[in-house]
Amino acid sequence: MVKIKELPDAELVQGSYACAGCGGILAVRLALKVLGPETVIVTTPSCLLGVTTFYPQLAFKVPCVNVTFPSTAAAVSGVVAGLKRRGKKGVKVVGLAGDGGTVDIGLQALSGALERGDNFIFICYDNEAYMNTGVQRSGATPLGARTTTTPVGSIGRGEERPKKDMLGIVAAHNIPYAATASIGYPQDYLSKVQKAMQVEGPAYLQVLSPCPPGWGYRSDLTVKLARLAVQTGQWPLAEYENGRLTVKEIANPRPLRDYLAPQARFAHLLG
Amino acid sequence: MLTEGDLRKGPNLATPLLSTTTGSWRLVRPVLNPKRCNNCLTCWLFCPEGCFTRGESIVSLNLDFCKGCGICVAECPREALTLVEEGSNDARLSER
Amino acid sequence: MRAYLNGNEAVAAAVKLARTEVVAAYPITPQSTIVEKIAEYIAAGSMEADYIRVESEHAALAACYGAAVTGTRVFTATSSQGLAYMFEMLHYVSGCRVPMVMAVANRGLAAPWTIWADHQDAVACRDTGWIQLYVETAQEALDTCLQAYKIAAHPEVLTPVMVCLDGYVLSHTEEIVDVPDQEAVDRFLPSYRPEYSVDTQRPYVFGVGAGPDLYSAFKYYQQQAILKAKEVIKEVDREFQAHFQRSYGGLVDLYYCHDASVVLVVMGATAGTAREVVEYLRRQGEAVGLLRLRSFRPFPVEDLRAALSRARVVAVLDRDCSFGYEGVLATEVKAALADLPAQPQVAGFIGGLGGRDISQEELAGIFRHCLEAVRRQDRGEELVVSGGWQK
Repeated sequence: MVKIKELPDAELVQGSYACAGCGGILAVRLALKVLGPETVIVTTPSCLLGVTTFYPQLAFKVPCVNVTFPSTAAAVSGVVAGLKRRGKKGVKVVGLAGDGGTVDIGLQALSGALERGDNFIFICYDNEAYMNTGVQRSGATPLGARTTTTPVGSIGRGEERPKKDMLGIVAAHNIPYAATASIGYPQDYLSKVQKAMQVEGPAYLQVLSPCPPGWGYRSDLTVKLARLAVQTGQWPLAEYENGRLTVKEIANPRPLRDYLAPQARFAHLLG
Repeated sequence: MLTEGDLRKGPNLATPLLSTTTGSWRLVRPVLNPKRCNNCLTCWLFCPEGCFTRGESIVSLNLDFCKGCGICVAECPREALTLVEEGSNDARLSER
Repeated sequence: MRAYLNGNEAVAAAVKLARTEVVAAYPITPQSTIVEKIAEYIAAGSMEADYIRVESEHAALAACYGAAVTGTRVFTATSSQGLAYMFEMLHYVSGCRVPMVMAVANRGLAAPWTIWADHQDAVACRDTGWIQLYVETAQEALDTCLQAYKIAAHPEVLTPVMVCLDGYVLSHTEEIVDVPDQEAVDRFLPSYRPEYSVDTQRPYVFGVGAGPDLYSAFKYYQQQAILKAKEVIKEVDREFQAHFQRSYGGLVDLYYCHDASVVLVVMGATAGTAREVVEYLRRQGEAVGLLRLRSFRPFPVEDLRAALSRARVVAVLDRDCSFGYEGVLATEVKAALADLPAQPQVAGFIGGLGGRDISQEELAGIFRHCLEAVRRQDRGEELVVSGGWQK
């Protein structure tokens, strides 16, 4: 288990142009506390790329390889092979993509890299829609959520399909480690990052990262909503290890309304 | 500023490079009441911008990158942080 | 060492001799035997490289990019649909100014489905910012791949290179190829070590975002770099000549052009057929010549103008079409010659699509058609010459 008090002081991402209260940048900042400076990030056009690597505001203190939207995991494979050829051992290669860049357009490349067994960590910061382009639905958008492409009207009731079971898809590749996490549970999340670092071969993490403008809530609620998603059973914390899937049980789940009510994207469901 | 030499090599640049801070985005600012802080590090952990520094007995706050999201205030278990409006008397007092 | 190799084997031999460190590729006909051969080398321990068995061409180029920014020499190969699938990454790699070499075994694009040669695949990628070199023989394929690594990584170029060889006609046809010694190649081509690479001690962002002013500036210098490649391609070809006693004319390969009144312009293996036709017609006293365009991008405007300024008719044979206009090369040759004082007439011919054979008779027909127009002008008529399509 990661001990919060023992995390390093160094901020490896700072000065980004992320929105106030961005869950995604918090997910990345926290992960880098565990990953440390011997890390290479590979990322794609997304909120993250836009807010951390747009000249003249470059916010990472670790190398960052930007690539095209479908290609995170493919470029990861290249970086892994290249570093190996250069004899650079002990450098962790981390693919970072949003939910669209992971479960939709990035899925083929991710499947390829997982199946090849390359040694890398893939972190999907999941804010449940294409936020960078203006909140369009993705395969990770939950049932009922209003987005700009699943609007609510006299017929439309928001997203019509449940969220894609990405953990199941990833686990089907029989990789050494995969997990879901939430920035509302940092110790759990960061312990999973640590496990992901320790395994040999691909590791996948999908961390729920609430988005104030995309979900329509006050920016100070980011962490609370990340917790409520777990407490209401909306976002199960699960781990796939040694071929076994375990899901953290919620002893006394809170009413779903507690999670939905603060978010404008679900307002039409509550009447 | 980028030189012609930089431009000739393509859009690959040394990082970090911060041309500005993001503190000016802020409409409200968090103010720490040191008497209530017990150094639990909740704010340090959850600040998306990494604005808190751990100290011997309490945290300290650097507002250079603080965007005023209010997460630290919402998460502080001891109500040691409050949000005040920028430009208000409370904000001015906090600078003393 | 002399060996009996087809074009694909010649490319694979070059990739090995260049001490390429990372290969990422996806199978597609007629390219596949290049990467099969490389996989064999690696499996046999005769080539030290990582082969990334990617799930698509798009991923192939992304993986090559990832490996290249770590400071390794990389290679991929593709054809046709695969090249089209790479389109997004082509722009990205050249925009990031990442040197790499890709062999393109040229093949037509569907629909209708075809696996045979034409130039539509590579020509459609004209504006992706890659250097495109077209070869005529398996020997030239090998030699050009070696040259390409040197051109791509030249500090004033830093631009990826496509080496284009006609599918089947070159990719699968054996000829005697002189395979240089490893030591000789090492002397010609030093190992690739860029000024900066992925390094946690000296972190870089690769492919930053840029606002309009900076974007324009980066694109301006990208254009300067690929224009600079015109000199570098020639220089490297001369250097290659000094090391290996073979050269290909740099940007253009001229054959009986100096006094020709009719010159045929082609790219790729068709030049082999055309040379025989030129010789045949020369023996009959006709002033004909051949210009084989080796470098399609950068486009050698100056060399074309110098070589064609005395011609009266320039026939351009395109194995591609810009639908709704004409053959792409025809348009470009016209534009290149447009303001010459005595501007030759340019006639565009489209043929050899989807692997269709271009016979000596057909090439002779193009020459005779153009020679006839010249004779009509000699008789006092206006010089008018029409193009054609091999229907």
